[in-house]
Amino acid sequence: MQTSTCQNSGDCKIPDRATLPRDLYRKLADFVAALPQKEGHMVTVLHKAQSLFGYLPREVQEFVAQQMGEPLAKVYGVVSFYTFFTMVPKGKYPISICMGTACFVLGAENVVESFQKVLGNIEVGEVTHDGKFSIDCLRCVGACALAPVVMIGEKVYAKVTPDMVKGIISDFS
Amino acid sequence: MSEKKQIRIATRNSGFIDPENIDSYIAAGGYLALAKCIEEMTPAQVIDEMKASGLRGRGGAGFPTGVKWGFAAGYKSDTKYVVCNADEGDPGAFMDRAILEGDPHSVLEAMAIGGYAIGGNKGTIYIRAEYPLAIKRLKIAIEQAEEKGMLGKNIFGSDFSFDLDIKYGAGAFVCGEETALINSMEGDRGEPYTKPPFPAEAGYWDKPTIVNNVETLAAIPAILTKGASWFNQIGTETSKGTKVFCIVGKINNVGLIEVPMGITLKEVIFDVGGGVPNGKEFKAVQTGGPSGGALTFKDLDVKIDYEGLAACQSMMGSGGMIVMDEDDCMVAVSKFFLDFTMEETCGKCTPCRIGSKRIYETLDRITMGQGTMDDIENLKLMSTVIKDTALCGLGQTMPNPVLSTMRVFEDEYRAHVIDKKCPAGVCTSLLEFVVVDEKCVGCTLCAKVCPVDCISGKVKEVHVIDQAACIKCGACLEKCKFDAIIKR
Ligand SMILES: Cc1cc2nc3c(=O)[nH]c(=O)nc-3n(C[C@H](O)[C@H](O)[C@H](O)COP(=O)(O)O)c2cc1C
Ligand code: FES
Repeated sequence: MQTSTCQNSGDCKIPDRATLPRDLYRKLADFVAALPQKEGHMVTVLHKAQSLFGYLPREVQEFVAQQMGEPLAKVYGVVSFYTFFTMVPKGKYPISICMGTACFVLGAENVVESFQKVLGNIEVGEVTHDGKFSIDCLRCVGACALAPVVMIGEKVYAKVTPDMVKGIISDFS
Repeated sequence: MSEKKQIRIATRNSGFIDPENIDSYIAAGGYLALAKCIEEMTPAQVIDEMKASGLRGRGGAGFPTGVKWGFAAGYKSDTKYVVCNADEGDPGAFMDRAILEGDPHSVLEAMAIGGYAIGGNKGTIYIRAEYPLAIKRLKIAIEQAEEKGMLGKNIFGSDFSFDLDIKYGAGAFVCGEETALINSMEGDRGEPYTKPPFPAEAGYWDKPTIVNNVETLAAIPAILTKGASWFNQIGTETSKGTKVFCIVGKINNVGLIEVPMGITLKEVIFDVGGGVPNGKEFKAVQTGGPSGGALTFKDLDVKIDYEGLAACQSMMGSGGMIVMDEDDCMVAVSKFFLDFTMEETCGKCTPCRIGSKRIYETLDRITMGQGTMDDIENLKLMSTVIKDTALCGLGQTMPNPVLSTMRVFEDEYRAHVIDKKCPAGVCTSLLEFVVVDEKCVGCTLCAKVCPVDCISGKVKEVHVIDQAACIKCGACLEKCKFDAIIKR
């Protein structure tokens, strides 16, 4: 799992804990209650939790542990194993740059650098200070014929070159 | 993509039918094979037919599918599972996604056939969360098949029932390995475990389980409708049928192809793929993803099948083919793959966890120009040891990119170490940007664009780059209108 420097330094903007909406916890509890059985559904529940909260901070993990009747260590073990799960919030527009082989061979590394530069030198895994953008690298989104590929939210950009980056960012401001 | 030399079996319907409409699949002969199995064949006959077809797993290992089913059928148990491996972690391969999006019913049908053959009533598709469209189409397909009575209780009025559900991956390459996949389906960390027991004996919830790849499954209905003897005429002595490849990278016709086993690399790259663009020289093609290796310009006559690729220190893998040209540095490519495995190793076994890091560091040193001849020997030694000692396929195949590129391009490694040069001009630490005196007109553009101000010279005089301060960003080279700056 990718840990970002800002996560370690505590620099990123993590929303105030109290602001995690109560009704989302209720939704999650309902989801767990509706499962045919709890056994074997840890990953399923965490997927649900992340789709509700957007990320999986400690208190959400504690809640999942309590709902599933499992130790927190087990929940954390699963969360930290899979790259899809994140313990820090993503930007409003999460930028995912494919670093799969096809994209790499066609210059994805330079695209990453270009995004970093344009967004004020944030690291991969970090969020910009205004919380608007975050950069992540993915391993192949299965669109290799369009390499290098960048996804921002649901939107897919194909055959991206470093000089296209400024224009792409301005689509979102 | 050129249809020349292609034979479509696994991808027979993709692009030709409406994947969200079961009637469209049925009109193309869909669910006939399942009906035939249930109504006319015993489970043992289905397994014999699969064995006779010679179909081998398309997920990487190439294990004969009929034999695997035979094992699972042999164990007594109240519950048995059929699992479809749709984790497709190999970067550069997307055939499984294409099949699931274009022809989801063929996979469902094959899973039901597998269930009938081994005596199992439950199936699970483990799919990566990165494939939302494929997930949506699978859900629609399952619903429609249940409505029509082709899945669910008493299929075709028989006493055979088969239920399907979907579980999602969460972004871990190792979860494609079947034992790790089973752990992940059970909701745990996706770490592999030691085989035996093989999943066919004790897999999902410790019950007999067959794990099959999407492409393997998609071919099965066609094989059972047309017969094993039709299928095993295609291909080579040891590898029957066709294989889907994704050719991507530096190639003119990018995309999916399905070709008979035994086709030569030359045919794939030049006849089907249309060769390398921009008049560049073909250098190598990476097959089998991070677990595979490079086939090079010297291997153009190699026949592509499981054994042919293994003989070149590569492997079939899932069928990704990444084409590279003269501008790609093989050391940098190996480093890229080791970076991948280093991040994706689950950390359970020592050779893989520490070995990947040590190989990566060595390659990194070499690309920085700090390598020694000992490093090259150590790379070979470490690679062999890791191959022999790692727990699962991830670690056992991790050194392949190094070993296979060393096989042909050892001189490229040596050039990095001895001459401190990167022949392909990729490894920036080993590059020098220099001004060609005869061409420089002294326009000062390069000096203006240099981010570290390391270019000096007066107007209309030849400029000089201060090598010690240069950060090798290449901005000057791009800016110069007179081709007066070169990298070497
Ligand atoms: C590290 C690793 C990753 C793998 N990834 C995949 C994968 O993404 N998809 C797949 O079908 N098989 C993958 N496999 C192969 C599976 O372990 C297993 O052999 C395969 O799913 C069996 O199905 P088959 O017999 O139809 O090929 C992987 C194996 C290893 C060692
Ligand atoms: S490698 Fe980038 S989409 Fe496949």
